[in-house]
Amino acid sequence: MSTFWSIWISVIVLGTVFGCWWLLYATRKGQTTDTETNKTVGHSFDGIEEYDNPLPKWWYYLFIATCVFALGYLALYPGLGNYKGLLGWTAENQWQAEMQQADARYGELYAKFGDTPVAELAENDDAMKMGQRLFANNCAVCHGSAGRGSLGFPNLTDDDWLYGGDPDTILTTLHQGRNGNMPAKGMMPGMTSDQIDQVVNYVLSFSDRAKDEEAAAKGEQVFAQACSACHGENGKGNQAMGAPNLTDNTWLYGSTYEWIKETVVNGRANQMPAQGGRLSDDQIQILAAYVYSLSN
Amino acid sequence: MKHEIVEKNLGLMIVLIIFTISGGFLAEVVPLFFLDETNEPVEGLEPLSALELEGRDIYIREGCHVCHTQQIRPFRAETERYGHYSVAGEFVYDRPFLWGSKRTGPDLARVGGRYSDAWQRQHLYDPRSVVPESNMPAFPWLFENRIDHTSTESKLETLQTLGVPYTDEQVAGAADEVRGKFEIEALVAYLQQLGTVISDKR
Repeated sequence: MSTFWSIWISVIVLGTVFGCWWLLYATRKGQTTDTETNKTVGHSFDGIEEYDNPLPKWWYYLFIATCVFALGYLALYPGLGNYKGLLGWTAENQWQAEMQQADARYGELYAKFGDTPVAELAENDDAMKMGQRLFANNCAVCHGSAGRGSLGFPNLTDDDWLYGGDPDTILTTLHQGRNGNMPAKGMMPGMTSDQIDQVVNYVLSFSDRAKDEEAAAKGEQVFAQACSACHGENGKGNQAMGAPNLTDNTWLYGSTYEWIKETVVNGRANQMPAQGGRLSDDQIQILAAYVYSLSN
Repeated sequence: MKHEIVEKNLGLMIVLIIFTISGGFLAEVVPLFFLDETNEPVEGLEPLSALELEGRDIYIREGCHVCHTQQIRPFRAETERYGHYSVAGEFVYDRPFLWGSKRTGPDLARVGGRYSDAWQRQHLYDPRSVVPESNMPAFPWLFENRIDHTSTESKLETLQTLGVPYTDEQVAGAADEVRGKFEIEALVAYLQQLGTVISDKR
């Protein structure tokens, strides 16, 4: 802040305090607090008159006290331009102090948990309590407070994993995020509506639910061309690419004919945001253990 | 001083009242117009794109700022949950700012990139489908209405006049950038950039 603005602020602030003080004195009209009289101010409205008495003592001294408080406050805290105040308080300092206090209290605990392998950490009740809090704060919004997910957001409590459920893969997922992208009509942009019907029936046939066996049989060819590059020849998926297994009974985007058709026609895209830039490594370690514990 | 003089001269009273109540404004607000801390953008801050700007107007139209703040205060409880506290330089292109004053929902100052686009769309279409305990209203019409592109250009032009560094090409191409797009796209684009200039591990 330039000197000009510093002086500008100081003059106005102090001027206001002393202005209040002056007003208090100036309007006393020489009365002291104990000179109560029967004198009126002289006007009468419908017979109602007004006494011309001084402020009650307690009231008057309260006014004085607010001015004194203001000056004390301005001496201790930064209120006058560039003046830092006797306490040296800033919002930033206060936040730093809070963070240090928390670090002193939890830092050791975090460091200890951060060095423990995920599978072992998952057995630690204290760590899992912390994990639950972290999960509720950072993950529950998509994966649900119980980790069961919802349409388009994976369930973390079952044994089915898009990218793998071993500790290292969970850590990678948390640190770097995941970018799921199924292109519309897979690798076959020119898929006709007949072929779409066939491939959807073929996908349904993995779980013995094909609506039209004949179409399903024809769908095998379409699947081989459009889908097998990611989902594998037999539809078992591919964890390296995050391509879901289509033969189990776990569906990220709905299992009915209509839902699968929607998925085939429009594709699906979703991301797991990387947490590496937002949470500390120790916190991610604890979270990974918590996620691991949900299904182990 | 005699009260009577003030009480019986309306003009004098008006002047004195203005003088009295302007103290706070002159000391607390006016200097901010001239300080670097409040006028210099933080490093890397870009003006909103035309699509994001339209999203911001939808954010205002739907009253998001009534329940969501966009200001993280420097308290541990807030920085742990939301990320680095907000700094003045992040808001220099905001006219008006949308800091808000009440949190019925969480703060959104750094919501950008925190959830996927798909989540944002799902959540705005039907909040309870992803967060069962949510009491946020649904905004399904955003998925049906197209953005009104007719005033996009003049919006950018106005901001340019006010000192937001839009190039003339950006202003000229503004309408085409949003033409035919759905309102939800604009809103999600706006949300996904919120607070992304400053990132800090918690």
